[in-house]
Amino acid sequence: MKNVKFLATAIFATVLFVSCSNDDDTPEPVNEEEVITTLTVTLSPNGGGTAITLQTRDLDGDGPNAPVVTVSGSLATGVTYSGTIVLLNETVNPPEIITEEVEEENLDHQFFYTLGGGLDVTTAYSNFDDNGNPLGTEFTLTAGTASSGTLTFTLRHEPTKPNTGLGDAGGETDIAATFNVAVQ
Amino acid sequence: MRTYTLLILLLYSITSFSQNCENKLSVTVTDLHDGSLLIGATLIVAGTEQAVDTDLDGKFTILNLCDDTYNIQVSHPYCLTKGFTVKISGNTTKNFKLEHHLEELNQITVEGKAYNNKSKTILENTISKEELERFSSGTLGDALNSLSGVSSLKTGNTVVKPLINGLHSSRVVIINNGVRMEDQEWGAEHAPNVDINSAGNLTLIKGAGALQYSGDAVGGVIVAEASRVSVKDSLYGKTLITGASNGRGTSLTSQLTKSYQNGWYATLQGTLKRFGDFEAPDYVLSNTGIFERNASLHVGLNRFDYGIEAYYSIFKNEIGILRASHLGGAQDQIRAINSDRPLIINDFTYNIIAPKQDVTHHLARIKGFKRFDGFGKLSLQYDFQRNNRLEFDIRRGADKDNASLDLQLDTHTLMLDLDSHLTDAVNLKTGLMTRYQNNFADPNTGVRRLIPDYDKYDLGIYAIADYRLNDKLLLEGGGRFDYSYMDVFKFYRTSFWESRNYDELFPEIVVEELDNQILTNPQLNFYNASATLGATYAFSDEYKLFFNYSIASRAPNPSELFSEGLHHSASRIELGDLRFKSEIGHKVALTFQRDNETFSFSVSPFINTINDFIVIEPTEIQQTVRGNFQVWEYRQTNAQLLGVDFDASYSFAKNFRLNNQFSLVKGYDRTRNEPLISMPPVNTKNEIVYHNPDFKNLRLALQSEYVFRQNEYPNNNFEVFIPETETMEIVDVSTPPDAYHLLNFNSSIDFKATKKSTLTVGFGITNLLNTSYRNYLNRLRYYTDDLGRNFLLNLKLNY
Repeated sequence: MKNVKFLATAIFATVLFVSCSNDDDTPEPVNEEEVITTLTVTLSPNGGGTAITLQTRDLDGDGPNAPVVTVSGSLATGVTYSGTIVLLNETVNPPEIITEEVEEENLDHQFFYTLGGGLDVTTAYSNFDDNGNPLGTEFTLTAGTASSGTLTFTLRHEPTKPNTGLGDAGGETDIAATFNVAVQ
Repeated sequence: MRTYTLLILLLYSITSFSQNCENKLSVTVTDLHDGSLLIGATLIVAGTEQAVDTDLDGKFTILNLCDDTYNIQVSHPYCLTKGFTVKISGNTTKNFKLEHHLEELNQITVEGKAYNNKSKTILENTISKEELERFSSGTLGDALNSLSGVSSLKTGNTVVKPLINGLHSSRVVIINNGVRMEDQEWGAEHAPNVDINSAGNLTLIKGAGALQYSGDAVGGVIVAEASRVSVKDSLYGKTLITGASNGRGTSLTSQLTKSYQNGWYATLQGTLKRFGDFEAPDYVLSNTGIFERNASLHVGLNRFDYGIEAYYSIFKNEIGILRASHLGGAQDQIRAINSDRPLIINDFTYNIIAPKQDVTHHLARIKGFKRFDGFGKLSLQYDFQRNNRLEFDIRRGADKDNASLDLQLDTHTLMLDLDSHLTDAVNLKTGLMTRYQNNFADPNTGVRRLIPDYDKYDLGIYAIADYRLNDKLLLEGGGRFDYSYMDVFKFYRTSFWESRNYDELFPEIVVEELDNQILTNPQLNFYNASATLGATYAFSDEYKLFFNYSIASRAPNPSELFSEGLHHSASRIELGDLRFKSEIGHKVALTFQRDNETFSFSVSPFINTINDFIVIEPTEIQQTVRGNFQVWEYRQTNAQLLGVDFDASYSFAKNFRLNNQFSLVKGYDRTRNEPLISMPPVNTKNEIVYHNPDFKNLRLALQSEYVFRQNEYPNNNFEVFIPETETMEIVDVSTPPDAYHLLNFNSSIDFKATKKSTLTVGFGITNLLNTSYRNYLNRLRYYTDDLGRNFLLNLKLNY
């Protein structure tokens, strides 16, 4: 009988303990630091003039909304542009500039520019990593004859360096953004 | 019974004068119920007055016997003493079976007992200590895979989840030393946190019939039990060391037990396991090493009518995940799948880098029992578990070395069970369970929580009765009711919240709206009823028929309810659904068994119909700045699984035995009329064993394993645009790999090291022919071949 009493007490105590244990405050939100929401490519004509911007922006990151892609204008035949790429995380306020991290870890990153659909332009890397291999957050773009097609920017994390292009670069894709571009 | 035995012994104990008195008798003493070895049984040979005890393997040897008939009396602390008549003619080998009766009163010492009659109407498959020791350097999943009807759902070769008749994860309940494992078992890449070396015996129940543990085991129950400790003054132990060529690693495990006549006992056990990168036949599987450290301590007092026991174990495991399996978007997936080798192959190393898992599991329990005359045995158990899971991804910037997932799951459980014999023919088990669980997701990871913070309360109550109608027929029936309440704090992405229409469906649960996230407080209630009904009919000593029908109800797990985001290791976005209700499975299982020394078999067909089965499947392609990802959404459907497991064993000559296993399972989504994903392909294992107990217990076994190609699978392939080639390419995530055949060799031999200790030397080769193959149920099959040839050397010292 003594044992039964003991058991009853033990159960009762546990139930009490269990029901009183939830006084936690609400959890704090996590603002993801690594998400890249926005890629902006600014193409400034070397002779001066209006810069052209290509942007893809996905404010909900991996959420259901698709990125919003904008191209501010067409390239002019024969003109050479200085290109810069800026990556932002706009889920935090103020937005975090991810390009800085990429440039710090330059050995582990590389941008690739892929042309498609008969677009007549050429690209060349303007900045390099600490070993002298391409990094590509800065580049030059020279527009050829009038044409249109796609221009894709791919950022690979931990690629094989040096490489001859996307085919043997390996690594993981951090960004793959395709823009419809025309040369007029 | 006892008097009768003694009487017979007396009558027969007439010494004979004989010719050849150099014979050796080797006997193994096992438990009649589950075949487990009985340690510490005492044997007296009438007429010679020789008395010996069985060793740690339940074996003993008597020398200098003549060609004659002997009477042997076998006694064991928890068994009814029994007499055996043995005809000796040359060296003889026998197996004595004892029936546990007193064990019913002595649950704690005879640890297994609580689980012996897990279900009396479903055939239980067991893996004995001897067999378990062959898997010492492997995982729990590897050992279970040796049973028919069990496959492994793998992520690489070190994360191995048991799949029972096609079902896994939350649908398989694992009971470790009397405690239901609460170790985030919901994830397909979360392996059970159980040290295989801490188990003395493994039991598998393919169904939900064992209601004393849970009502939600839609797939089945796995019970791991510690070895039994007998009540006598004794000190014994064992040490097992395994070296393996593949992975260039070793596993060391040691166990020491001290017991006293007055009922006190203690067992200390530890395991250390370290492997580097494993290898496929043609290349190194980079970053697949493992570093495992476990320890456990058992202390208890066992008396006839009461007892108390405390148990603590820690399991710590660091597992590397194949480096080449960590991918960006669909474009990376195409590259990885189309390449016949992993995209990243480095030199062999023991280092484990990201991606990796680091899991720590603490388990503590206190249990006491007291036997009341005319009332039954009452036991009370409290257990606490803390599971801390860290997952590391390839990251950038300041977070590079931080975990991207850090979850701590704490569980407290209190159970009260009453086991009573109402009459000679009727047993009744009743019990009550309360459980509190808290999950805490550390926000410092800098990654949105995969599983939200929650508190969960469970209350369960059950009753199971069995009625032995006559010698042939036994009926069993039971019911269980579980109530679960979940109090969750979950941050949703605003865009997801709105796209799912949750803003209109659940406006009342919103706590706070932030910039792009919404904090909600879902409070969920689940009421689950489960039941079992079965019968066992014994046609004769040899033939038996088991029939069981069980209903299992499982509440959706946190992953199914709350997933919302990118799952890196699968390169896909996974979405749960807040609106899910419990899934309910109806399983009918039948087993026809023949139990015979020369030729035994069992055939077990089953059909499992599951309403509101929760399945995850691809629904669309989602664009992100990172590229395209496939979206996998959980949904509920009606599913049906049917199949058959077949086992046979035939001793075709002295010391030779042929074993066969065959498993087939088919799973269908009955709503959409298509096959279910990840169903095990048909497979068969055939083994020829030579075992000579008279010559150093030599055992040689050659096993052939044939796995057919899975021909029924849903087509989840999708197309993605590749800018480099300007083409749309198919990402083939569906097509199963080809059939394969593996040969394995295994051997062992015993040496007497000293008077009281035995050294067992084992040597084995798995994948003897170094076959390159891929397994449909390995999540890394897209990227790499499975393991190549592996040489294993195994030394065991019993002392």
